[in-house]
Amino acid sequence: MAKVIFITKKNDAVEVEGDSGSLMELATANGVSGIDGDCGGVCSCATCHIYVAPNDFEKIGQPEEIESDMLELDDNVTQYSRLCCQIEVTEAIDGMTFVVAN
Amino acid sequence: MTSKVTGISEFPDAFAQQRRVTGMGQMDDQNDPVNMILGLKDVRKAAHNCAVFQSGAKPGRIVIPSEVAIRETRQIPFEVDPPEHGGFRELLNPWFKRPLDECYQARLQTIIDETIENAFKAESFDVVSQFALPLQSKALTLLLNTSMDKAQTWIDWGTHVFRSEGSDLDGDKANILYNYIDEQIENAILNPGDDLYSVLLNSEANGKKLSKEEIKGVMILTFAGGRDTVINAITNSIAYFSENISDLKRIDDQPEILNRAVEELIRYFSPLTQMGRVATQDTSVCEHAIKADTRVSLCWASANRDEKVFKDPNNVDFDRKVNPHISFGFSHHNCLGATHARQILRQLVLSLANKVAQIETIKADENIEKLGEFSRKVGFNSLHVSFKSK
Ligand code: HEM
Ligand code: HEM
Ligand code: FES
Repeated sequence: MAKVIFITKKNDAVEVEGDSGSLMELATANGVSGIDGDCGGVCSCATCHIYVAPNDFEKIGQPEEIESDMLELDDNVTQYSRLCCQIEVTEAIDGMTFVVAN
Repeated sequence: MTSKVTGISEFPDAFAQQRRVTGMGQMDDQNDPVNMILGLKDVRKAAHNCAVFQSGAKPGRIVIPSEVAIRETRQIPFEVDPPEHGGFRELLNPWFKRPLDECYQARLQTIIDETIENAFKAESFDVVSQFALPLQSKALTLLLNTSMDKAQTWIDWGTHVFRSEGSDLDGDKANILYNYIDEQIENAILNPGDDLYSVLLNSEANGKKLSKEEIKGVMILTFAGGRDTVINAITNSIAYFSENISDLKRIDDQPEILNRAVEELIRYFSPLTQMGRVATQDTSVCEHAIKADTRVSLCWASANRDEKVFKDPNNVDFDRKVNPHISFGFSHHNCLGATHARQILRQLVLSLANKVAQIETIKADENIEKLGEFSRKVGFNSLHVSFKSK
């Protein structure tokens, strides 16, 4: 089981928990504002953009090329950006906080 | 006119050769030639670079074939550049996300169930005019939040509301749509309701109240942008499953693949082939010089078969987990109707999978777009089939 927190654009902290699927699915299932997941997680829409805390970034890992190509052309990109449909919900992310980009 | 019954599930890649060799294609269009950008990364870059490749050119010029000769109304947000564009999107985005509501989805399901029931009752039917068009029109009443009886008017326009036999662009026909929308706006002024017209009449974007002309520009686009694209996507999906019924059965058995299946079909069909931009300065794409005030196109259909990005791009593969297609465009102007279109396709494909045992094709007339040196199958003019229920 992983418990994580999303910080939305309006600065609301939303705590959610899950044990499977992608981080995008977890966020949309809990109505986290700013995570729309339009493409259902196939890495085509970029409506699931988050910032990972610098300290956690290494644990989560770098995006694959297809994901980083998408992010490269996103106006709000930073070096800590990820598309959260490409992050799996596992014990490894337990306790992390993610900032929603949009 | 081509009439055939086998191979209809195939949508060949019209651009492969040229994409590999130079990455660019050319076509003329009413003496305003177009340099077509063919590779996925190049298309994305150009779509993102809205200062150099603008949408806010003369109304109609970024559409291919050009509509400069037949209209003056600027389509909104489609023919507006940032930053104004962002203000319009901020206003429109929440409304166009309504398809995510459960209530919307339940009403859409009723429309889909009814459409499929009618198909079972007919011995055979034309998917384009008797299935896809009514389904698209009825679903549009949900998106605009208008009464269902409006759909009949839109169905009666037929599939050729913008075009007449023999000539591509028909100003008189486009006027039917403009006059209709003017009338609806006046109606909404007299009898405000909770439909999109009324909502826009009470809205501001970029700190200003929307003018009637702007409202018209938004509404025309929801009719024009959401019509042929959705009709093509629905018809092509049925053509695909008619020759690949086991894929439909697989979705019935494993509904968890539904989303991937729909995204893959949308990639493969690319219901909108391309959209233009006008260069604001001399520039270059793929070492190809682009002069200021000339047109380029973002060729979504070619990009979606780019072998540098997609493995076996010409195969329909429901197991593609990562599928960065750009059928709904990319960056600033990405499709405002995508949530609605995806919802229709997801619910339709699942319902077909639940209910249909077999789809038999009787005759098919493919719609081949002629784009300069390229010929691309984008859909069907008509597709006669019969459905066998489970
Ligand atoms: C499968 C169906 C559809 C496909 C493949 C599709 C494709 C596209 C594409 C590629 C663009 C980008 C155009 C550009 O960059 O210039 C676009 C924009 C747009 N589409 Fe769609 N579309 C579909 C359905 C719809 C529907 C149902 C509606 C509304 C009823 C709609 C409304 C729009 C609007 C308003 C824009 C302009 C957005 C902007 O400029 O910000 N589309 N569409
Ligand atoms: C007032 C607005 C528009 C008008 C008057 C218009 C007019 C037309 C015309 C005349 C054709 C037929 C071209 C031909 O047969 O060669 C056409 C086809 C098409 N249009 Fe539009 N268009 C409009 C806006 C749009 C927009 C905004 C989109 C998408 C975002 C779009 C998507 C398509 C597609 C996919 C086709 C091909 C359909 C097919 O051949 O099956 N249209 N349109
Ligand atoms: S949900 Fe579409 S890219 Fe992540």
